[in-house]
Amino acid sequence: MGRYVARRLLQMIPVFIGSTLLVFSMMYALPGDPVRALAGEQTVDPAQIAAMKKDLGLDLPLWHQYWNYMVGLFQGDFGTQIASGRPVADIISEAFPITVRLTLFAFTFTVLVGISIGVFAGMKADTLRDRGLLILTLLLISVPSFVLGFLGQYFFAFQLGWVNPNVSGEANWNELFLPAVVLGSLSLAYVARLTRTSIAENLRSDYMRTAVAKGLPRRRIIGVHLMRNSMIPVVTFLGTDLGALMGGAVVTEGIFNVKGVGYNIFDALRHREGATVVGIVTLIVVVYLVSSLLVDLLYAVLDPRIRYA
Amino acid sequence: MTIIDHTTADVPSPHGSPEDSGPLLEVRDLHVEFHTRDGVARAVNGVNYSVSSGETLAVLGESGSGKSVTAQAIMGILDMPPGRIPQGEILYRGRDMLTMSNEERRLIRGQKIAMIFQDALSSLNPVLSVGYQLGEMFRVHQGLSKKEAKAKAIELMDRVRIPAAKDRVNDYPHQFSGGMRQRIMIAMALALEPDLIIADEPTTALDVTVQAQVMDLLAELQREYNMGLILITHDLGVVADVADKIAVMYAGRIVETAPVHELYKRPAHPYTRGLLDSIPRLDQKGQELYAIKGLPPNLTRIPAGCAFNPRCPSAQDICRTDIPALLSVTERDGTELPGRGSACHFWKETIHG
Repeated sequence: MGRYVARRLLQMIPVFIGSTLLVFSMMYALPGDPVRALAGEQTVDPAQIAAMKKDLGLDLPLWHQYWNYMVGLFQGDFGTQIASGRPVADIISEAFPITVRLTLFAFTFTVLVGISIGVFAGMKADTLRDRGLLILTLLLISVPSFVLGFLGQYFFAFQLGWVNPNVSGEANWNELFLPAVVLGSLSLAYVARLTRTSIAENLRSDYMRTAVAKGLPRRRIIGVHLMRNSMIPVVTFLGTDLGALMGGAVVTEGIFNVKGVGYNIFDALRHREGATVVGIVTLIVVVYLVSSLLVDLLYAVLDPRIRYA
Repeated sequence: MTIIDHTTADVPSPHGSPEDSGPLLEVRDLHVEFHTRDGVARAVNGVNYSVSSGETLAVLGESGSGKSVTAQAIMGILDMPPGRIPQGEILYRGRDMLTMSNEERRLIRGQKIAMIFQDALSSLNPVLSVGYQLGEMFRVHQGLSKKEAKAKAIELMDRVRIPAAKDRVNDYPHQFSGGMRQRIMIAMALALEPDLIIADEPTTALDVTVQAQVMDLLAELQREYNMGLILITHDLGVVADVADKIAVMYAGRIVETAPVHELYKRPAHPYTRGLLDSIPRLDQKGQELYAIKGLPPNLTRIPAGCAFNPRCPSAQDICRTDIPALLSVTERDGTELPGRGSACHFWKETIHG
């Protein structure tokens, strides 16, 4: 077990280098550059631009720029935004807590509602109730999140006036409710379907029949024997989903004006702020790796047939 | 010739205590059907049998003969729907379980009547330790603490002779061999010392040497606790040593009942004869093995008359029109053979011819 964890942690190093390099070269390959973007429509003396680029180290070849970036990173320096002159670390430390809050909110919503719907449908598979819930989840899967976001904004904020259409800089829990529901709805549909299938399948299994034959009360049969087995695939999905939720908040954060990670990535991309994009993406990659490691460990706890050596 | 009613199918049991009035479990005219898309499958069509304390009834039949469905109906673990019990009674100590409340039935399950399933690997929960699954019986039914339940579980594992029970109590089902897993199933059924155990093909998934060990263990424990045992099997070899009486089922009906050795000596139904003839024998080495021709009937369309008639070598016209009743079988001179019955129009020819 300890060896396994150590190996997995070591595996993160190449993934970390690979993903940063990939994002870095993508930013390099994009047309336009941050210095020219500063000037906007105005015409600027090319010599001046070249001088600024030299100052910022943007005239160096890709490998050299990457090297400088990595050296800075290991000294705790995430780089500086060119336009605002703010350290990227500041931006990350501001945006991350908001996104983490939004993600956890959406995640909790996904887990609670998704699993409940799945259990509710799976217990009575192939009935009207099950079919209805399946159609509902299909609807959630097929409607893009920006449509859902705008619809939610339109009805709950503009028509009913229950919530603010925009999230303030403080991003309170009650403000985040609607964005979290929109963000989590896709995963919710997947979780519900996965749970439903898993429950329906395990209900027919031999060990469930044994549990009934043992004279156990229904509560125990479902709570202990059925749930434990049915949650194994769901937990796997939820783990990878946690990472996806963090990175996937770009659209939702845009609609509700949440100043989180997604919003900042989008902003940085527009202004070709390479350091910001690479910094944030790398952090998301790390979150993703850690959460999938946790899931794999949890998996072994849930299913004793899996042993890591 | 008298028509056997539900009680005369009883054989005086060798171990039954005399003060017990009536059998432990009695199934009367049980019908079970399944409503499927292809129509109604009549899995059980009027089964009668009974078991007393200390007695072993073997229910013999091929797949789809309704032997397991009858057992599931007794345990109350039929899936309903699609299953339905349109008529019949299942009397446990004289009380009809089919009219009991769910809670009453639950309290009987495991405590009074327990079941051993065929495939122990899939019948045990893969994610719970065997100690937990055994201990659960004591925790739920007797309210023992976790620790006490574990001690009881170890005791049980010792009883069914699982080596190093103490070290293995926290192991999971997949860590045991097939024979050991079946022992755990037996231990689980035995946990609360029930009056009756239903063993549904307990040795089918095991290899032959382990089969013998498991059957011996089961027979020994049954003697010790003086339990009733319903042994469901399609293996004639397994039955011979342990059973007191046999009921042979075909297409949801009992076609023959007999004390175990009588049945082997002189079958009174062509189906039973066919089953006995299809056992491979050393003295017929090199010859073609006998097989009952044809296939078991589709339960949604059971043939008219005797269900066995399309496959029967001695079928006559009457077999295609009239359903034969389970009649008591007598000697040539009319002396009754206790406990014997045959549902064949031509039982006389079969047994004496």
